[in-house]
Amino acid sequence: MSWIVTSLWLIPAAPLAASLIILSLANSRRSAAAALAIIGQIAALTLSILAFLPTLQAPGYRSVHNFTWFTFGEQALRIGWVLDSLAAAMLVMIALVGLCIFVFSAGYMADDKNLTRFFAYLSFFSGAMLGVVIANSLLLLFVFWELVGLASYLLIGFWIHKPSAAAAAKKAFITTRIGDLGFFVGILWLYGGSGTLLFYDGGKGCLETAGLLGLGASATFVALLIFCGAVGKSGQFPLHIWLPDAMEGPTPVSALVHAATMVAAGVFLVARVYPLFSFGAIDGVTPSLVVVVSIGTITALMASLIALGQFDIKRILAYSTVSQLGLMMVSLGVGGVAAGMMHLIAHGFFKALLFLGAGSVIHGCHHEQDIRKMGGLRSLMPISFLTYAIGMMTLSGVPFFFSGGWTKEEILHATAHWHASHIPHYLMLAGVVLTALYMTRQMIYIFFGNRRAASENVHESPPIMTLPLIVLAICSIAFSVVLTPAWRWLHSYLTGEPAHFDIALLVQPMLFVSLALVAVGIGLGFVMYGKAGQLATGRVRPTGGQNRHRTAEMDPLERAQPALFHFLENKMWLDEIYDRTVVAWSRMAAHVSDWMDRHFWDGLVRGFAGLGQLFGIFSANFDERWINVRVDETMTGTRRLGRVMSAWHSGQIQTYLGMLAVGMLALLILYAWLA
Amino acid sequence: MTPTLQLFLFVSAALFCIGLLAALSRRHAIFILIGIEMMLAAANLNFVAFWRFSPQPQPPIGVMVAIFSIAIAAAEAAVGLALVIAIYRHYRTTNVDRLDQLKG
Repeated sequence: MSWIVTSLWLIPAAPLAASLIILSLANSRRSAAAALAIIGQIAALTLSILAFLPTLQAPGYRSVHNFTWFTFGEQALRIGWVLDSLAAAMLVMIALVGLCIFVFSAGYMADDKNLTRFFAYLSFFSGAMLGVVIANSLLLLFVFWELVGLASYLLIGFWIHKPSAAAAAKKAFITTRIGDLGFFVGILWLYGGSGTLLFYDGGKGCLETAGLLGLGASATFVALLIFCGAVGKSGQFPLHIWLPDAMEGPTPVSALVHAATMVAAGVFLVARVYPLFSFGAIDGVTPSLVVVVSIGTITALMASLIALGQFDIKRILAYSTVSQLGLMMVSLGVGGVAAGMMHLIAHGFFKALLFLGAGSVIHGCHHEQDIRKMGGLRSLMPISFLTYAIGMMTLSGVPFFFSGGWTKEEILHATAHWHASHIPHYLMLAGVVLTALYMTRQMIYIFFGNRRAASENVHESPPIMTLPLIVLAICSIAFSVVLTPAWRWLHSYLTGEPAHFDIALLVQPMLFVSLALVAVGIGLGFVMYGKAGQLATGRVRPTGGQNRHRTAEMDPLERAQPALFHFLENKMWLDEIYDRTVVAWSRMAAHVSDWMDRHFWDGLVRGFAGLGQLFGIFSANFDERWINVRVDETMTGTRRLGRVMSAWHSGQIQTYLGMLAVGMLALLILYAWLA
Repeated sequence: MTPTLQLFLFVSAALFCIGLLAALSRRHAIFILIGIEMMLAAANLNFVAFWRFSPQPQPPIGVMVAIFSIAIAAAEAAVGLALVIAIYRHYRTTNVDRLDQLKG
């Protein structure tokens, strides 16, 4: 089966090729564009499954294909691709979730006039992410990483005529670029330290013992710099601000960004270069891992709190993504790499499901995104409601039936056994409650209570949109088969151990803890918001246009704790803080450089120009007054001499001949005299 | 009176002087050409004489070179005459005193 390793590049190449072909199509070839994109994705999925099969043969399967990209001086830059359980699992997840989103987009974007461009970007996005996953060289990974960034920029700003979309695209691009700067410095440092950027190279790669020993103590700094890139891409605490704004893009893009591609890249990166983080660990704790855990904990809690204060259906989901990514980072940081990746994959399914469900709701509500204007959609959009409920329960971590519950439990296990501190564990338990709470709040606002403004003339979405929802919902549930403690197949697959089946392990103490926590969260949600939904619907009449302004009713939390709610509603004023600090500083720096440019550097340049002019005037004068006069004098002399000489030329050839004869004679006499 | 090298050189020098005198004093272009031919003949005579009185004169060499030189002189004379004719056609004269367009 080695052919699949050497031709692993075909997996990202299929969607990328589809993207190029679609770009060359006319704007009117809409169905052809959608079909091409979907065919490219199906090809990628097929190849991914083919690549997945050999990794099943033996635990810890890893196979690489390296080659020289180019040579400079004596050094050859080598890149390649790797097929191991991590890559294979990600490949299948990305390709499958991507396919569902592509199919959904064909329905969701059916009315958009730039459909072909949309599918070209979508394919490009998917291809770039698949490239990140198979890369066996940090450089190749970085290349695809940046392509992912570019694709996200293009897609978030897809509705470029909306100023907010353009601003969000710019924000996403610039914010992630800040992280990528650290990432790039980390790559350079890594190359300087270990002399290679290949991950696995038969014992010589930078993630293998020799490379790590070559790095020595600087591995911590390299790991932290690379983590900067992951922080930017995966929306971790200081750089998470772009992720909620990325909601300006079309909903399938949000699904793709939040589930399969983009944000998964950061977590995947940390998992991929995990040996760098864990190098020199004592009891599984290194300084870099502590940083990862801290950032992840802050992010997870902060985002789930902010989600409580949001009213935009997609923003709530965005913050839930941020918080789930924080959770994954915590899991990676405490040593639960497999648990983190399991959650990433499960998250890919259920977050895509939630976003596509949200897309379906938005589509049904005529592009209304405010949850206060929805309500009572349960009976109007039954399929969307059911699938959304499955997604919500998976995200909340309801155990037994939903994959998210098992993976979350796995993560909680990992945090409980961390040696450095138990604080992350307790904070994560609080995070579980919060997650259940805000998802319940959202569910109640959208699907329960009476119908509000945007619920008029609502219709269920067409099958092309509901089918992906159903597929993803089934995936979210069925996926839990390989996650349970009784048969931790995926865990073993990722860690490279053989899997055992033991039904006795199914019920763990943690199961009851998380069950209790989720119950608390959902119960609290119903207590807090159940009544609110009823009250709101009681006040607003289902007809007439005047109720639009009535939708600004009070949130129960707002009524109880106005200050806290405003704090959360305004995203903890982080955007404002950044505006006042980082953005203001950089703007000030721009002003200062502008002033310097205009007055200082310009003055310097003008001074030099003046000096040059002075020198020019001086040399012109010198030329005219001195050199020209001398040249003129020489010319006059030469002319005079010429006149004298020309007088000798009579034109009489016999005179010339005579002179010749006299000359000869003179020479003869001279010769005779000398001899 | 046996022929000696000196005698030949004397005759050749005389011939050369006569030729030079002709080339310098005559005004008609054709006479100047004749003078030049005479100087050339003097040089040929010199050449043959030096060959004849060299230590080991090999029969064909000197004569051959002289004949070769005469052939070249013939060619030169042809060119000279052609020039004279061209000049005559242009200026309607062959008097070299009147042909002073190269005057500086």
